[in-house]
Amino acid sequence: MPSATLIGQSVLSGVFIGALYGLLGLGLSLSWGMLRQVNLAHFALAFLGGYLTFQLAGRLDPFVTLAVTVPLFFLAGMALHWFLSRYAADMLNTLLVTFGLTTIIESAIQRIWTADFQRMESAYGAMRWKVGAFYIPFPEAATLLIAMALCGAMWALLRFTDFGRAARAMTEDPAMAAAFGVNEKRLGYVISGLAAAFAAVAGMCLALTHTLAPVQIYAWMGVVFAGVMIGGLGSAIGPLAAGILIGVSEALTMALTAPTWAPLVSFTLLIAIILLRPARF
Amino acid sequence: MTIDRRRALAAAGALLSTVAFPGALRAQGKPVRIGSSLPITGPLASLAIIHKVTAEICVENLNKRGGLLGRPVEWVLRDDQSKPELTRTIYEQLITADKVDLIFSPYATASILAAMGVAQRYNKVLLHTSFGIPKLAKYDMQFQTAGSPFDPENVWPNHIFDAAAKLPKPPKTVAIVTSKFPSVHHISVGAREVLKKRGLTNVLDIEYEFGNRDYGAIAQRVKEANPDFLWGGTNGIDPVLMLEAMSKIDYRPPAQVHLFPAPGPMLKVPAAQGSLALTTFESHPPFTDDPAIAQFVHTYAARAKEAGIPYTAVDLQSAIMYAAWQVLEAAVDGTRSLDDKTIAAWLKQNEVKTLFGTLRWNGPQNYVEGADLYKVKQLQQGRWVVIHPQQWAAPGAKPV
Repeated sequence: MPSATLIGQSVLSGVFIGALYGLLGLGLSLSWGMLRQVNLAHFALAFLGGYLTFQLAGRLDPFVTLAVTVPLFFLAGMALHWFLSRYAADMLNTLLVTFGLTTIIESAIQRIWTADFQRMESAYGAMRWKVGAFYIPFPEAATLLIAMALCGAMWALLRFTDFGRAARAMTEDPAMAAAFGVNEKRLGYVISGLAAAFAAVAGMCLALTHTLAPVQIYAWMGVVFAGVMIGGLGSAIGPLAAGILIGVSEALTMALTAPTWAPLVSFTLLIAIILLRPARF
Repeated sequence: MTIDRRRALAAAGALLSTVAFPGALRAQGKPVRIGSSLPITGPLASLAIIHKVTAEICVENLNKRGGLLGRPVEWVLRDDQSKPELTRTIYEQLITADKVDLIFSPYATASILAAMGVAQRYNKVLLHTSFGIPKLAKYDMQFQTAGSPFDPENVWPNHIFDAAAKLPKPPKTVAIVTSKFPSVHHISVGAREVLKKRGLTNVLDIEYEFGNRDYGAIAQRVKEANPDFLWGGTNGIDPVLMLEAMSKIDYRPPAQVHLFPAPGPMLKVPAAQGSLALTTFESHPPFTDDPAIAQFVHTYAARAKEAGIPYTAVDLQSAIMYAAWQVLEAAVDGTRSLDDKTIAAWLKQNEVKTLFGTLRWNGPQNYVEGADLYKVKQLQQGRWVVIHPQQWAAPGAKPV
């Protein structure tokens, strides 16, 4: 019989990894749902953000590096949107183009930081709290709080502001939104910039909690894609909720059964939701 | 006979060059082309860079010594992207289009198996560095150069438990946590049997998929099982992630092994101190007693730094590549031939002294059963040192 500590600590572990899934999924969900761009390069950008954090962390606090990476990535996101719009890439072509961009970014990372594993050393790594029988590590807790704050802020932005109303109208019916004066072009740039900026934040969290290697760009794709689809395209809160659902399910699978079953969890959940709620897709 | 001034100067120049650069003059003519692939990109790239840097040093040294059969050596390297199916195509191309004289090892079991099939089709001898499941090596002209036994699933767990028995508190209970990565999984399956025969108790036995991202639940399961010894059937970065997850719940195994960890990142993990691992070579005496090997260690450190490799000491990976070139040179010199069948026949009847011991191929499937050249190392005060067997232990090093 598994102990309460095993189950509780595993749930916590799942919530923390799920928060990272959600944070990675946030930008992907926005660009896919609102701009009809399946941006595979989002993962490469997140890892590039992680490597830049790793590089800058020798001189700056990891959290302060965001002052450099976030604006930089916002511009990169706008540039990507310009490129995809310039050639009027449809959804399938955005997938292909951004896959190519992923391999370019991966090669650049490998060239600069080598294919070897890189670990950011930070005082935050050893910080943790004990609450009852459970341990809460600082980097993972910070990732959860950042994910909740960003997803919440994005949800509020889309729900309560003119920008959000215009973005949602553009997603529903671009022609009608344009007729009402929505500047689709400008909105596209801002959303693409925001999505890339979220990748920079996710990259900082990756560097705080994980060891970096270029090839790991691909290791996160499947589960984050599943999270975005379960959470709903264009949704700000959905990917985080789905990410935590997947993370907790994986962790409990590892705690209670053979850990080899854990990778099946995300896609099993996806298939179950497709079967139970087909209208959602 | 009269010698004019110009000829005399030319002869003196040639003589001087011979003394100053003996190899440069001897290595003449059409190069001996040796073809291989490495996973320069893809999941195995972090290890391939070590093999690439090592092989470049070996070829450079070989050419300084006069090459092979007096001809310079040219290494034709292709990137197999860590894909066995691509490896197969590359070896076909190397043999049929590039028309290399000899082929050489790719990296890791799956790619070597792919190259082995091609070698068999064209009757090419294949020296290989990193084949994890020897029983699958059925080809008659394949030869391992890593010092592995025919039965690593039996020999390596025994090495590790022999070393563990020398620890200040010899273990009685063991938790096996193994990745399903083929080679380490194969050894861990053997470990289950070995620990039973040695009277040890298995208190936890779990497997996880290679590439796992979250070790929180696994760490908690190990903590609750409370073993004397953690058997980590792990390689690459997995042990680092696993130990970090354990640190986050204030747990550290009393003793542990991780079969083939990424050596550099392990140094930075406090909980990894005291961890055991398998190796063939470490950069300390008695391995470095040979001046040529000491020079290689020195050169490798400089080249690895240039290449941006974080861990610059020669260890298992670079040593198995170096040994492969030692075997190739010995076999070609021994036969004075580039003929594959002649080289294969020579290897079966001879032995070759390498930087980590003497290799021979006179057992089943060109391996040796029940014996090997592997050692057990331990992470002590931020440095990997061999602790078992005693004749290869670092000076003054004791199991801690």
